[in-house]
Amino acid sequence: MAWAIFVVIAVFTIGGALGVVVSRNVVHAALALLVSLIAVAGIYLVLFAEFLALVQVLIYGGAIIIVLLFAIMLTRNSEYPRIADNKQWPLAAVAALAFLGILVPSFLINKIEDTNAQNASFTGIGESLFTTWAVPFEIASLVLLVALIGAIIIARSDEEES
Amino acid sequence: MVDLVWFQFLSAVLFVIGLYGVLARRSAVLIVMSIELMLNAVNINLIAAASHMEGVGRFSNFDGQLIAIFIITVAAAEVGLALAIILRMFRNRSTVNLDEINLMKW
Repeated sequence: MAWAIFVVIAVFTIGGALGVVVSRNVVHAALALLVSLIAVAGIYLVLFAEFLALVQVLIYGGAIIIVLLFAIMLTRNSEYPRIADNKQWPLAAVAALAFLGILVPSFLINKIEDTNAQNASFTGIGESLFTTWAVPFEIASLVLLVALIGAIIIARSDEEES
Repeated sequence: MVDLVWFQFLSAVLFVIGLYGVLARRSAVLIVMSIELMLNAVNINLIAAASHMEGVGRFSNFDGQLIAIFIITVAAAEVGLALAIILRMFRNRSTVNLDEINLMKW
């Protein structure tokens, strides 16, 4: 049963990802990315990581896709269909497949003794986040603040700067 | 029960698709999307390892899931900044085609 669900979700994940890199229309690529990201949330559910599935749907499905669609709409002009891929795409495909050829055998050779998938409780994650990972957590909030201020400063128009 | 190695294969395939997108696409927005795919591949790997190896050796407390939370945070910040940079680029050069952004090219 878990296998069937995993296979279906994996097909959606990889299909959406292929849609992102193959589609010639940028908006279609963004929607394919949405499919892929929601399917990744399903993978997290197969792994019993409910909190991460929730975060994935909220942040990726909600926030990041919207921001990307904003970027597409604000930079929209007639050149989009023309500029899908560059001339080096066969080389890129060869490089990507070569990297896959390194990754898959390394996973097979270095096979790890694993237990069955276990459920991480919300409280356990919260406790760990605010004890062991408290300092990275605070730094992450600082990173978000810096990124926010930086984005505002970079994106505002020149007339407002005086 | 699905073995850990299948999740690793899935994440490898997803990462490679994202890598192809970064190398082959010309639009800056599409390259940012491909980077998101690669980050998601890394997250799948981390979370699969976290749930399958809880209590094995030095792995404890689902640390992989917490690292994945931080990766998602950084990805959100990265997308926000990328949008700002793409907007500024589009305003100055009226293109998002990275082949034409060659001002600092050696």
